[in-house]
Amino acid sequence: MLAKRIIPCLDVRAGKVTKGVQFLANVDVGDPVAMARYYYEEGADELVFYDITASNERRGIMIDVVRAVAREIFIPFSVGGGLRTLDDMRGVLLAGAEKVSIDSGAVRNPALITEGARAFGSQCVVLSMQVQRTGNPRCASGCEVVIDGGRTPTGRDALEWACEGERLGAGELCINSIDRDGTRLGYDLEITRSISARVAIPVIASGGAGEPRHLLEAFTGGLADAAIVASIVHYGEHPIPQLKRYLRENGVEIREAVNLERNAT
Amino acid sequence: MIAIVDYRGGNLTSVARALEHLGHRSEITDRADRIRAAERVILPGVGAAGASMANFARLGLTEVLRDDVIGAGRPFLGICIGIQVLLERSEEDDAQCLGVVPGVVKRFPAMVDGRPLKVPQIGWNRVRQRRAHPIFDGIPNPSHFYFVNSYYPAPADPSLIIAASDYGLEFCAALARDNLIATQFHLEKSGAVGLRMLDNFCRMKA
Repeated sequence: MLAKRIIPCLDVRAGKVTKGVQFLANVDVGDPVAMARYYYEEGADELVFYDITASNERRGIMIDVVRAVAREIFIPFSVGGGLRTLDDMRGVLLAGAEKVSIDSGAVRNPALITEGARAFGSQCVVLSMQVQRTGNPRCASGCEVVIDGGRTPTGRDALEWACEGERLGAGELCINSIDRDGTRLGYDLEITRSISARVAIPVIASGGAGEPRHLLEAFTGGLADAAIVASIVHYGEHPIPQLKRYLRENGVEIREAVNLERNAT
Repeated sequence: MIAIVDYRGGNLTSVARALEHLGHRSEITDRADRIRAAERVILPGVGAAGASMANFARLGLTEVLRDDVIGAGRPFLGICIGIQVLLERSEEDDAQCLGVVPGVVKRFPAMVDGRPLKVPQIGWNRVRQRRAHPIFDGIPNPSHFYFVNSYYPAPADPSLIIAASDYGLEFCAALARDNLIATQFHLEKSGAVGLRMLDNFCRMKA
């Protein structure tokens, strides 16, 4: 059985982590490389970086960040944000990311999922979707897919898009609830569960974690394989080792991260 | 010098970065003479067994790997696709493989106990060591390692299996025979335990 994964998420703009992360002693909190190393050493099972750089010209800065992160951490990490073409995907994979996360680009051009899976393998392609309870009656699952950082509703049902994404070749699905994002009220378990019950690829819950029990709920009731964490870890209230201990005590299969590196190499 | 075989399989640089982090010199190469001259050889990779075999043939590396490196008993580490190509045949595209380890590569079952099994396996799975081996020096038993695979090796001789995991069924996660070592999991993406195993390989007596 696979361990449930805890995945810290870092938003990066022009090479700097943007969400206020003030707690980390002796860490340059704006530096994505230092933060990646910190979470790696804390026992994160994977990391995700979202490039929220507005302009294309500055995209190269993110590639430099990816390259620097890849030299420091030896767990998988994915990169998302503004990836629209196969070349965009190739760029971050060659720089050292294990996976790419595509979102609005895949809604606008679903063939991107298939092309990415064919070129790099479906295990490299995470379909990330922003979902919202907009009340659109056409969306039977109760959630609508929205794009452009939540600004543009698409009229697509979240569950349908998830199944379509799997059919097109996505290796994993990340379900990010716009309603819950930043609220710390817990993940949207209902949509996470409906999607996870229908697809045969891993599902990542995202948006809303504020308490350790929210992760437990995502892994049990929500049937999630992994959970994205942001403010719950960024502000230091619930460090990853503590989250892992809590989950393990509650019967969840969790990876024990050990520190074994020889000092003198 | 450690040669990392470049057969256009991807994921080569992450192994090189891990070795660099550990302080071991390595070279990513597709040149037969460099691979033959290397003290140790690592065959990493992501992809399909058939495509990898086709690339070995195109690059003139099939015999180099099978005879000059593995056949000659030189220290060899295969990772992920690098374990699968060692067997005789893979169910993936019905590909012929190097055949240095008797057995086949099988696909995970689609259904287990009436429920669909998520394939590929993507994530951290528990690896149980079946017997002592220098590659496991300092590694807690069991430990979690990072896997990304739809297929798994099934060696005909179970005594070659040095570690096993469960995913729908029990499968061979690592095998060894003399200086030949191979893992289905990604050592270069498995955190401290993965780095330690890579380091152990680099320090094993040749």
